[in-house]
Amino acid sequence: MSFAAALERSARAYPALLRIGFAEAVAYRAEMLVWMLTATMPLVSLALWSAVAEAAPVGRFTQTRFTAYFLATLVVRQVTGSWLVWEMNTEIRSGTLSRRLLKPVHPLVTYSAENLSALPLRAALALPLAILTLVVVEPGALPSSPLRLGVFLVALLGAWLINFLTMATIGTLAFFLESSTAVFEIWLVAFMLLSGYLVPLELFPPWLRQAATALPFRYTLAFPVEVLTGMIDTRGMLHDLAVQWAFVAGSGALALLGWRAGLRRFAAYGG
Amino acid sequence: MAQPAARVHDLCKTYRIHERPPGLAAAVRSVFHRQYKDLEAVRGLSFSVEPGERIGFLGPNGAGKTTTLKILAGLLHPTSGEVRVSGFVPQRREAAFLKSITLVMGQKQQLLWDLPPAETFALNRALYGVPEREFAATMAELEELLGIAEVARKPTRQLSLGERMKCELAAALLHRPQVLFLDEPTIGLDVSMQLAVREFIRRYNERSGATVLLTSHYMDDVASLCRRVVVIDQGRLRYDGDLAELVRSLRPDKRVSLRLTGAPDREALERAGTVVELEAGRALLQVKQERLREAVGFLLGLASVSDLTVEDPPLEEVMRELFAPTDGAAAAPTVAEPA
Repeated sequence: MSFAAALERSARAYPALLRIGFAEAVAYRAEMLVWMLTATMPLVSLALWSAVAEAAPVGRFTQTRFTAYFLATLVVRQVTGSWLVWEMNTEIRSGTLSRRLLKPVHPLVTYSAENLSALPLRAALALPLAILTLVVVEPGALPSSPLRLGVFLVALLGAWLINFLTMATIGTLAFFLESSTAVFEIWLVAFMLLSGYLVPLELFPPWLRQAATALPFRYTLAFPVEVLTGMIDTRGMLHDLAVQWAFVAGSGALALLGWRAGLRRFAAYGG
Repeated sequence: MAQPAARVHDLCKTYRIHERPPGLAAAVRSVFHRQYKDLEAVRGLSFSVEPGERIGFLGPNGAGKTTTLKILAGLLHPTSGEVRVSGFVPQRREAAFLKSITLVMGQKQQLLWDLPPAETFALNRALYGVPEREFAATMAELEELLGIAEVARKPTRQLSLGERMKCELAAALLHRPQVLFLDEPTIGLDVSMQLAVREFIRRYNERSGATVLLTSHYMDDVASLCRRVVVIDQGRLRYDGDLAELVRSLRPDKRVSLRLTGAPDREALERAGTVVELEAGRALLQVKQERLREAVGFLLGLASVSDLTVEDPPLEEVMRELFAPTDGAAAAPTVAEPA
């Protein structure tokens, strides 16, 4: 009952949260642009792998396929990234989290709206470039079936949720540790290696590929990219979507547990 | 009988503080062996607040006032003891509870820095689920009381401190809370702005019947807003009751301020009481309560006295005396028993 009421309250507040979050994102657009430019690593990977594939394809990756893969990676990363851990770390340590705690809507809801409201600006910059290039380089690369497009959009949401909820879980460590950002750095290294951000996972040796399939990282990036670029068949796509959403549920439960345990320790210094 | 707006019974809050001496060696040692110290911020506090009451929390820095307010607002979990605010257990942070309270913390702002305060108001409207019509009526009332109609449309960063504080108050009140926790609401403001904020709090309390719990370092805030005070020192309750009574018990003497026309005659004045200040044109005397009537009669009979005012000693002075460091319990100033 109260959970349903909380959901309804959050849903009603969400449009206003998104609108004001967007207004804030516009106010900080210059910072955002600089920050977005730091997330262009896939272009570096693209240059490297294109050079490698010049003479002969690597596995089933031709130069064109590498281009499609890394441009899709760039776009997916831009629209699903979350850096909530920094904000939570600052707010918990400085006590300014108090402001959120006084509101009758769960802080994770307000954080999520702030995260999502920056999305239009990020997408506005990343998407046209990527779509244009994809169309020019490999017209057949974009998903043609409505099912694939639908799965891609749900996978995109799932990828963002895993990222966001994991960042929230790591963020709650700031209630217990001096700083949770060190843990985030470890997560980031694992993400770089195992999400397909730098190297497509199918180029890994089998054991590492299998490990990557069992871990959440792939579902935050490579999976939606593979769906978009048609590298995965329909059956595999639906199976992996189910796995992805199991990770969403798991990371959601962890974030809520961490949050509940952390609040008991919150000291609200200074805030 | 209506339930109390707030009830606190045997409240304790202990912080666990990580301690580390300065220096590299200590930093390395602390990686392997962390040392903690328990800091008792609140120790066995009990009091109750009736709906519509305005009460002031007094105490030196670190006394536990803010910790108590934060527990009452549901931000901190108490270590032990029982707390109820409007019948709710604050740390559960139920939505109905959060909608019934507000906490204003001095210059810690909730206003969005780069957007006009009107955007923060709109955001709070959505978060608290205030219906459009009620929001418009409340905003009109707050704009009238605080005079913020113009400034609410300028980016927050371009507002003066006083304007910001007024907008903070509006943002904190537009869901019409029934219990207001105000932690240093006038800190950093100039005298006229302090007066305006104080007046606003009084009018809001009178109009809405909301309960106000206030802490302030400006004694004038407390003296003009609160008849009842709760004095906390080192986490313990030292006094709970009438402010005037506290002043009388600590400083039974009255102050008699005189305007003089002729040359001041110290000897004559000393017959009425202790001369605290004496200069051309004015004098300040301290007179025992029981001798006040007689002393005033005598002073008015003096040819050099053109005007006379009787007042209580300044609250700052009383508090300084109350919280003065002592050499032990025996030397502690006499304080009225908690009510």
